[in-house]
Amino acid sequence: MSASPRDPAALPRLGWTLAALVLLWPLLQLAEFKPAALFEAGNLNAMGHFVAGFLPPETAPDFLALLGKATVETLAMATAGIALAVLLAVPLGLILTRSLSIARLGPGRGGWQGTLIRALARGVLAVLRGVPELVWALLFVRVFGLGAAAGVLALGITYGGMLGKVYGEILESGDARPVRTLLEAGSGRLAALCYGLLPNAARELVSYTVYRWECAVRASVVMGFVGAGGLGQLMDQSMKMLNGGEAASILATFLVLVLAADALSELLRRRLA
Amino acid sequence: MGFTLEGVGLIHANGFRALRGVDLQVAPGERLALIGASGAGKTTLLRVIAASLRPGEGRVRLLDGEPWACSPGNLRRLRARIGLVHQSPPIPPRQRVVTAVLAGRLGQWPLWKSLASLVLPADPQGAQAELARLDLADRLYERCDRLSGGQLQRVALARVLYQKPDLLLADEPVSAMDPALSELTVALLNEEAVRRGVTLVASLHAVDLALRHFPRVVGVKDGAILFDLPAASVTEALLRELYAAEGGLPLAGSVAPDEAPTTPDLPPLRCA
Amino acid sequence: MRRAGISAGALFAVVLVLAAVGASFAYLDMPLGALFSGSAVDEAVSFVKRFFPPDLSPDFLAKVGFATLETLAISLLSTLLAALAGALLALPAAGRHGVAGRVGARFILNLLRSVPELVWATLMVLAAGLGPFAGTLALALHTTGVLGRLFAEALENTPPAPAEALVGGGAPALASFFYGTLPLVASQWLAYGLYRWEMNIRMAAILGFVGAGGLGALLYYSLSLFHEAQASTVILAMLAMAIAVDGASAWLRRAAA
Repeated sequence: MSASPRDPAALPRLGWTLAALVLLWPLLQLAEFKPAALFEAGNLNAMGHFVAGFLPPETAPDFLALLGKATVETLAMATAGIALAVLLAVPLGLILTRSLSIARLGPGRGGWQGTLIRALARGVLAVLRGVPELVWALLFVRVFGLGAAAGVLALGITYGGMLGKVYGEILESGDARPVRTLLEAGSGRLAALCYGLLPNAARELVSYTVYRWECAVRASVVMGFVGAGGLGQLMDQSMKMLNGGEAASILATFLVLVLAADALSELLRRRLA
Repeated sequence: MGFTLEGVGLIHANGFRALRGVDLQVAPGERLALIGASGAGKTTLLRVIAASLRPGEGRVRLLDGEPWACSPGNLRRLRARIGLVHQSPPIPPRQRVVTAVLAGRLGQWPLWKSLASLVLPADPQGAQAELARLDLADRLYERCDRLSGGQLQRVALARVLYQKPDLLLADEPVSAMDPALSELTVALLNEEAVRRGVTLVASLHAVDLALRHFPRVVGVKDGAILFDLPAASVTEALLRELYAAEGGLPLAGSVAPDEAPTTPDLPPLRCA
Repeated sequence: MRRAGISAGALFAVVLVLAAVGASFAYLDMPLGALFSGSAVDEAVSFVKRFFPPDLSPDFLAKVGFATLETLAISLLSTLLAALAGALLALPAAGRHGVAGRVGARFILNLLRSVPELVWATLMVLAAGLGPFAGTLALALHTTGVLGRLFAEALENTPPAPAEALVGGGAPALASFFYGTLPLVASQWLAYGLYRWEMNIRMAAILGFVGAGGLGALLYYSLSLFHEAQASTVILAMLAMAIAVDGASAWLRRAAA
């Protein structure tokens, strides 16, 4: 019986473990990781008072009316934001779709203009979605004042960037031959899109949009923290006044809203699949 | 480690009756083969013997006790002494061969040792020794999804050999191997059982393998025992009745029954 | 998959969606006209102008660099914590410890998940004081809910045979999990963890709005003090980080495929 060979994975594993341990220390320092802070008297007190106020949740009629109005506003903000995002994403997504390029059909490698425009569109989309929606909202609140308008615009811009990129990817990944045949037969880009690409990609496009709507509901819940209306604004106020009862009611509303959006989006997507 | 089954019957959760009135008595050190058509209940019977399935009717006695009357801790210790080779190797594809083999002793190792062995294999020599008997020594640090079906089956076998159980059970352990390799592997199982003096029960699809290698052969049909005889007394007529539904006897194939199991051009298996 | 015509159901759905969008805009009473009136455009242009040129003084760049590192640390640490806690909760949530455990664990996961990160952050600022630690906890809490659910789904779709075989061989439950189940789900869990880390980097950048450290805190201060040039540097840093993460994850996905 020969001696068994050395485990080839032993050294790399040792190396990675050491590297992880060495990295963990600065990470903990940077994040000021001090669990003890949770148990400091002052913090315990503040949190204890606040959480103790959770029960009973606030159910005064005028507060509930306010809560209902904020909930509807949140939903409306998400829906309007996604509508705006789709308006923004469709043209940009189409520009990204190489298979719709007529220049690529001809002899040679296609026009440089097309490549440039696509690169530009890609850059625009990257900037739109690279800045978080809450930052856009913070900026828009300064221009357009407090209110849901800033939230809608912020959602429209960030989600437009995300949708545009994914629309382009979905259209690209589809079978390009039908489009090519249509374009070669002299049909226009729009006709080629409608008859060549959309029949196969439509479900996926709609399904992704519905998923993003679900995300938008979550996002618009917190828009109020920067003054852009909806439930977040209410939550911000309750938190600042340390009103546990109100916070509890609002948290419960979050729970219901997010779970309902989840369920609705899953239902819609299953119907589409 | 011997065992006794008395009037064992079992109905699966889906309502299918897998076993009816099975009586089986096996003394320590005995070697027997279970044969029968597919779906006759061989796998269920083996899992009952392994104390993984609890029968709805009848009594199971393993060693000196009834496993289903044991405390959970004692049942676990009892199971650690039973090795079952599954028909389709229950090994995660991304696991390394050495880990898959060492998993045979999880029931005997303390938990800390099992967990530490995931990072640095605790006993690579031991695993390699068992793999070497199956001609897989050079695959020690390979990932299991790089192996063929037959090789994976041998890794699963190596795991149970490494476990060194007192009761060795095998459910069609050679179903993914070619006839020559099947012959050698069944011979290896028998050799191991004889050498360590443990009980061996194997279900086999190929009748000729069973008759050639096992002193005692049990025919299972429709969840009941049709016959329980020394291999020499199993007649053609009995086999015909056993496999009536399948139309023809399943044989291991190219290796004729009277041919010696080790022909020169076979892979260098260490069976003796 | 092409159909000859549009079915009545699809038409109904389209009408419903259009109605919802119309109702939303009507309810919000967006001053769309005012947005594009002359004075608003002028105001917006002058607002944007104040962001240029970005403040690139070494002092401030060092601050932004540190805040970026802090953001990365918050996201990485919170994802790690969440992966651990998510794995612990995923086991009962996948029904491995009976029905009661399953219902209880799912409830906890849903609760953690449906409270947005930013709300957790406001709560954690109360519980742990201002600073990145509150942000880490907030992200970890929300991410635990998300990852726990994803982990549980992966567990439910995993063949139980390998772990069952080990239990049948007398292995303790925990050892069977590590040898029989974890190898089957590990790569999927890792993919989910990386995906969430990617999202958490973005999120960590804005938690500072409520006082939980990172780039967001810097942005909030500079905007509050009307230092738009500094704010634009921070936004550029966020943008650079988002693009870097995007590129890295696309590269990783290609390398793994």
